[in-house]
Amino acid sequence: MSIDLKQFHQTFFDESFEGLDIMEANLLDLEAGSTDKDIINTIFRAAHSIKGGSGTFGFSEVAAFTHLLETLLDEMRDNKRKVDQESIDCLLQSVDCVRSMLNATRDGGDIHDQVVTENENRLIAILGKNNSNSTVDPEQETVELTQVNTSISTGWDIRFKPLASMLRTGNDPLPMFSVLSELGELSVTVDSSGLPNFDDLHPENCYLSWSLRLIGDVAKEQIYEVFEWVEDECDLDIVPIESGSEKDGTKVPDALVSSAGEDCTKDGAGAQSIKKTDVGQVKKTATSEVTSIRVGIDKVDDIINLVGELVITQSMLGQIGSEIDDDRECDNRRTERLREGLAQLERNTRELQESVMRVRMLPISFIFSRFPRMVHDLAKKMGKDIKLVITGEQTELDKTIMEKIGDPLVHLVRNSIDHGIEKPDERIAAGKPGTGTVYLDASHQGGNIVVEIRDDGKGLDCDRILSKAIERGLVNEDESISEEKIYDLIFQPGFSTAEALSDVSGRGVGMDVVRRNIRDLGGNVEIKSEQGKGTRMLIRLPLTLAILDGQLVSVGEETYIVPLTSIIESLQIKIAQVNTIAGQAQVYLLREDYIPIIHLSDIFSIPKEKLSIDGGLMVVVEGEGQKAGLIVDDLLAQQQVVIKSLETNYKPVNGLSGATILGDGTVALILDIAGLIRCAKLMDTSLLRSQRIADHAGEAQQGSGQEIIIANMNKEIPDEHDTIH
Amino acid sequence: MADILAVDDSASMRQMVAFTLKGAGYQVTEAKDGKEALGIAKSKKFSLVITDVNMPNMDGITLTKELRALPTYKFIPILTLTTESTAEKKQAGKAAGATGWIVKPFNPDQLLATVKKVLG
Repeated sequence: MSIDLKQFHQTFFDESFEGLDIMEANLLDLEAGSTDKDIINTIFRAAHSIKGGSGTFGFSEVAAFTHLLETLLDEMRDNKRKVDQESIDCLLQSVDCVRSMLNATRDGGDIHDQVVTENENRLIAILGKNNSNSTVDPEQETVELTQVNTSISTGWDIRFKPLASMLRTGNDPLPMFSVLSELGELSVTVDSSGLPNFDDLHPENCYLSWSLRLIGDVAKEQIYEVFEWVEDECDLDIVPIESGSEKDGTKVPDALVSSAGEDCTKDGAGAQSIKKTDVGQVKKTATSEVTSIRVGIDKVDDIINLVGELVITQSMLGQIGSEIDDDRECDNRRTERLREGLAQLERNTRELQESVMRVRMLPISFIFSRFPRMVHDLAKKMGKDIKLVITGEQTELDKTIMEKIGDPLVHLVRNSIDHGIEKPDERIAAGKPGTGTVYLDASHQGGNIVVEIRDDGKGLDCDRILSKAIERGLVNEDESISEEKIYDLIFQPGFSTAEALSDVSGRGVGMDVVRRNIRDLGGNVEIKSEQGKGTRMLIRLPLTLAILDGQLVSVGEETYIVPLTSIIESLQIKIAQVNTIAGQAQVYLLREDYIPIIHLSDIFSIPKEKLSIDGGLMVVVEGEGQKAGLIVDDLLAQQQVVIKSLETNYKPVNGLSGATILGDGTVALILDIAGLIRCAKLMDTSLLRSQRIADHAGEAQQGSGQEIIIANMNKEIPDEHDTIH
Repeated sequence: MADILAVDDSASMRQMVAFTLKGAGYQVTEAKDGKEALGIAKSKKFSLVITDVNMPNMDGITLTKELRALPTYKFIPILTLTTESTAEKKQAGKAAGATGWIVKPFNPDQLLATVKKVLG
C-alpha cells in the first residue's frame, strides 16, 4: 500500500511550530541550576515529537538537528547533566534554528545555513563536554548496520521454545508464524511434550514449543526480526538446512532495528525534495476531529461587509417604521406587529454583527507571546536583570488591529528595557530589588482594549526632557508646561533623550511613529511616570475597525457622527462661561477647566443659523487626553454605524475618520475628535506664535492664524458633500 | 476487522497511523495521551493498542502497565512507538508489559508489517 505522507505535512508543521513555542516559553522559565522535572520534561517532549515527526515525514536534516537537542535534554532529564545558562542559551538558539529549518523545509528555502551549522557545532561541543554516554552517534549506527551478517540460505530450520510467561506480554506465536509463512514455504511441527497434567496446567502459561522449516531465499536477519520482541522470552535456534550445525545467534543484533529506521529516513529524503514543489495543495483528508476551520480573511471580510449593508438596511427600515402614522386607526394592529418585527430584526442584526466581528478576533497572546524571548535576550545583552509579567493575554482583539499594534508594542517594551529599567547595581543603590520588572497587561474597558506597559525602572526625567525640548526648539524657555505635557513631548518627531543611541531602541523609529501608528488605528497612547519608581504607558484601542457606536448630531442641514466613546457630556451653553482669548479663540469654563470651543459650522463651512451660541448645545468630547466643546445645532439619535473609509472611497480628510450611510440613505461624516482637537490646538498655538512673531519681528500680517488654518481645512474638505454621496 | 487504539500526542503521527491502518481495513480509534486512551480502553476492548511513549498526562509506559493490570487487556498486544533505538529504552516498554515496539521513524509499510506480526 502506498500512502502519500505529504497529506500529513501541514499538521506536522502546525504542531511543530506549536511545540517550538512551548519549548521557548519553558526554556525562558528554566533557570540555571533548576531541577524542575516538569519543565525539562515538557521541553523534552516537544523536541522529541518534532524529531519523531520530522524523521517519519522525511525531513532528515531537521530530525538530525533535533536529535542533538533531544540528547542534551534527555541528559538533563536523567540528571546526567546540570542545567546551566550556556545550555539554556544554546537550546533557545536551537529553537530558532529548528523554526527556520522548518520554515525553509515548508517554503523550499535553504535548510542548512551557516547559523544552523554554528549552532549544531555548539550543541555537539556542549554534548561532548561531559558525560554524554547516552548520546547515540548516528554514524556508529551505520557502521553497525554494515557489520550485520547478511547470510542468506535457501532454507532454515528454526527451533522456537517460548518461556511460559510469553503470552502475558501479548505475544502470540500464530501471527509470528503467519509472517514467516510469507517469507517462504513454511512447515510447522508442534512439540506438546511440555504440557503438564490438566490439574497442573495454568491457562495463562505457554507450554508448547515448535520446530519450523522455512524454505526460500530468506536472510537470517529477516527471521530474527520476526522473533525480535521475544528474544528474552524464548529459546531460539536458527540454522541453515544444509549445514544443520550452526548453533549461533540467539542474539538479535540491535542494528536490525536501526536498519528499519535508516530505510525510512532514506525514503523520507526523497519525499522532501518532492514536497518542496507544492505544500499549498496539501489536503488534510485524515483529520479525525475538527474543532476549527481555516477560512481566508477575505471571506470573513466579505461577510462583515454584507452584514454592514444589512445593518444599514435594517436602520432604514427602522426609520420608516417609526415614521408610520399612528393616527390611522385601521392600521394600528398591523403597525404594531411591523414594529415588533423591526425590533426583532434590529436585535438579530446586532447579534449577527457581533458574532461576525468575533470571528475576526484573536487573543492578544498572539503578540504577547513574542515578548518573553525578546525581554530575555535584550536583558542579557544589556546586562540587566529583568522579569516580565504578562496578564490578560486572553483578551481578544480584531486581527487587523493586532497586526498593526505589534511593532508599536515592541518599541515601547524595548524602551522600557533600554531606558526604563536600570542596571542591577544602580537599582540596588536606589533601594530597589536588583531585578527589574516589566508588566504587560491587556483588558477590555468599555468599548476599548487597553494595553498597559509598566516598568519599575527609573521613570521619565522631566528636566532632561524639557531641556532637550528647549534645545530642539519644541518649547520656549520661559514657557511653563505641565508634567503631562512634558511627557507628551517625547512623542514629538525626532525627539530622543538617549545619550548614545543603542541598537535596542535607537532603530530610527521614534515615539512619534509609535503614536501615529496607534492613532491610525483609532487609538491613543498615554504616559504616566514617577521619577525613580517607573513608567506606565496605556494604549487604548478600539475593539474593531469596522463599526462604531455613534451619536448623530446636526449642524445646519448636515448630520455628523461623533464616536460615543469620545463623548463626555452634552450641555446647554451659558454665555457667561464663554471667554474669548486673543480676540478670536473661544474657551468654555467647564467646572474648573477651560476647554476650547470648536464651531463645527466654521470648520465645515456651514452657514450659521444663529450668531450667538448662548443657550445652544455643546458636546464635550475628549481625544488624546484633551477636552473640547463641539458646538452643534441638535443632538439626534445614537446608533451603531458601519465605517466606510474615506481614504478608499475619496481621500483622507483631517478631522474626519470616515463616513457612513444613514437609514435614509444619506451619507454622514464621522468626526475624528483627536484630529479636530489637534486642528483647534494648532489654531491656538499658531495664534499665539504668530502673535509672538508679530510682537518680536513686527510681522503683523500673519496675526490671524485662525483664518489660515480654517482656510487650510476648507481646502481639504469638499464644499459640496455631494461628491461623496 | 480488528479494532485498534492509536495513542499519540502528536496529531500528525496520529493521523498518519490512523490513516494507514484504516486504509488497510482496520477500525481505528485515536487518543491523544495515555489518560484518554485508558478511559477509552476501559469502555471498549481493542484487539491492539499502539502507543507513543513520551506523552503529557500519562506516558506510554504507564499506560501499558495500567492496561496490563486490566483483566481484559492481559493478553492484548500493545506496541510502543519509540524514537529511542537503544536496547535500554526498548526494554523499558517490554518491562512494563508491552508486546513489542516500532522504532520511529517508520513508514506506513513498516507499520502495517509490524501490525501483521501481532494480529496476523
